[in-house]
Amino acid sequence: MRSDRGQSAPLGLKIAAACGLLFLHLPILLIFVYAFTTEEKSFVWPPPGLTTQWFAVTWNRPDVWQALSLSVRVAAISTAIALVLGTLCAAAVSRTKFFGRETISLLVILPIALPGIITGIALRSAFSLADIPFSFWTIVLGHATFCVVVVYNNAVARFRRTSGSMIEASMDLGADGFQTFRHVVLPNIATALLAGGVLAFALSFDEVIVTTFTAGQQQTVPIWMLEELIRPRQRPVTNVVAMVVVLVTLLPILFAYYLTRDGDQIAGSGK
Amino acid sequence: MTTAVSFKQVSRHFGSVRAVDAVDLDIAPGEFFAMLGPSGSGKTTCLRLIAGFEQPTAGSISIFGERAEGVPPYRRNVNTVFQDYALFPHLNVLDNVAYGLMVKRVGKAERHKAAEEALSLVRLPGYGARRPGQLSGGQRQRVALARALVNQPKVLLLDEPLGALDLKLRENMQEELKSLQKALGITFVFVTHDQGEALSMADRVAVFNDGKIMQIGTPEDIYQRPSTRFVADFVGSSNVLPPDFVQRYSGQRRWGSLRPESIRVGRAASGEGVAARVVSTNYLGATTRLALDADGLKLHAIVPAGTALPAEGEAVVLTFNRESLHLMDEPA
Repeated sequence: MRSDRGQSAPLGLKIAAACGLLFLHLPILLIFVYAFTTEEKSFVWPPPGLTTQWFAVTWNRPDVWQALSLSVRVAAISTAIALVLGTLCAAAVSRTKFFGRETISLLVILPIALPGIITGIALRSAFSLADIPFSFWTIVLGHATFCVVVVYNNAVARFRRTSGSMIEASMDLGADGFQTFRHVVLPNIATALLAGGVLAFALSFDEVIVTTFTAGQQQTVPIWMLEELIRPRQRPVTNVVAMVVVLVTLLPILFAYYLTRDGDQIAGSGK
Repeated sequence: MTTAVSFKQVSRHFGSVRAVDAVDLDIAPGEFFAMLGPSGSGKTTCLRLIAGFEQPTAGSISIFGERAEGVPPYRRNVNTVFQDYALFPHLNVLDNVAYGLMVKRVGKAERHKAAEEALSLVRLPGYGARRPGQLSGGQRQRVALARALVNQPKVLLLDEPLGALDLKLRENMQEELKSLQKALGITFVFVTHDQGEALSMADRVAVFNDGKIMQIGTPEDIYQRPSTRFVADFVGSSNVLPPDFVQRYSGQRRWGSLRPESIRVGRAASGEGVAARVVSTNYLGATTRLALDADGLKLHAIVPAGTALPAEGEAVVLTFNRESLHLMDEPA
């Protein structure tokens, strides 16, 4: 009965599902509402009044801009590194057979399976052992470890779906390695790379744990927000920034989802 | 006279596996040459050695007199029609066909014109704007053919190109490929595991087994005069007769082969011949295939439709012309 098509789910189940979804998403809405509150010391419900002044205040705070700029630069460079390394690694693992292939595949995925705190501690002690001062580049390195995984996973899945004989066909028709990459490999993995890159960017943009271990005095957006919560001053500014972060990470993820779904359709149309 | 493709003692080993083992081979220009064998017999590796996807472990390969070892696939004047066609899904049919010219930096108008001509050649004019995903299997096969031919290769390699097509389409394509090859005069090297296909299309056939060539010859040679038990059995499922049996009829102690259609099946009381029992009858339409047991020796006979058939389990007498018994080279 329950699996019959067109048969509506029982009312109880519908209510339970609605409650679950509300529980997940209402708190996020609350964050948005507090961005407009007139009370600046603490969050009180209901908000005593509504104002848009915090957007102007946020706009004029240099620390917000510094954090935002750092986060964008870190995410952009980590993603760029991940795109190159992740694609190369995926190509090697899915195109050739060599000793230790499975091990490499596991080691590449490991940073995302490990708790961030372990990656963070490991990187921190490695940096101090090697006498590397904390800088912009130590944050980028930390982020690149898990950004590579996302790109790698997307690229490996796409490589598996592309027929290996296509590359041979290209060579057979007179294209050298570079031409084959440009005209055959790249067009076939482009959407997977874009999706992987966008996800990597979003991951890096809201990362906290690894960053706390690999950053010196610099603050990325999430670290800045944590600090703000401890110092109660112009609290709704945090909420305004939170709104921006949600938008900056949510839109690319939706975009990436749309791209890979589209890619599946392209791959499936070859039947 | 130069040969189109020449193998001299060519081997290709993968670790301890001898995929191709000391093969000698000469393919004449303009020849339709088939490499026939079961899977894993080394025929596809031989094709990949000609294409340049594999390099020989030992021996030498020349293509129209030029040494081919160490020459990458993209510098060989040889093109391949792949088993899975390997069309580029992100390009339309016209750009697929024009690909070889595009990477050789032929201008757009010129290469599209050549691609259109190639598509007409394989009877797909006007299909240029479609995507490979919108074509049927047979159409994709033609596109793959056009894509290879547009480069005007000296040798065209075909790797089981008809394997994925249904029977009717396969028969049409066989005729078409053959007339195309005649019209173009290009050397075709064709890999197949289907003996019927090899016999009906090729000028000459090489039968592969275990990385070695068992026999090279015209289809008639291969079919009528197999040189080994393997060839007799693999090409057209001939009856392989043991030396003792052959000695009784020819006086020579050699392995023999007898085609199933050469055996006449008579009633037990009808006179002299090999006494046998009918194990099973298998109706095939135009013919019927009988499985027979002649005192422990398993034989097959094919009788045309309309002949009175013995029942299963019935005792029969088998006769055949002495000439149709072929003595094989393989030592007893």
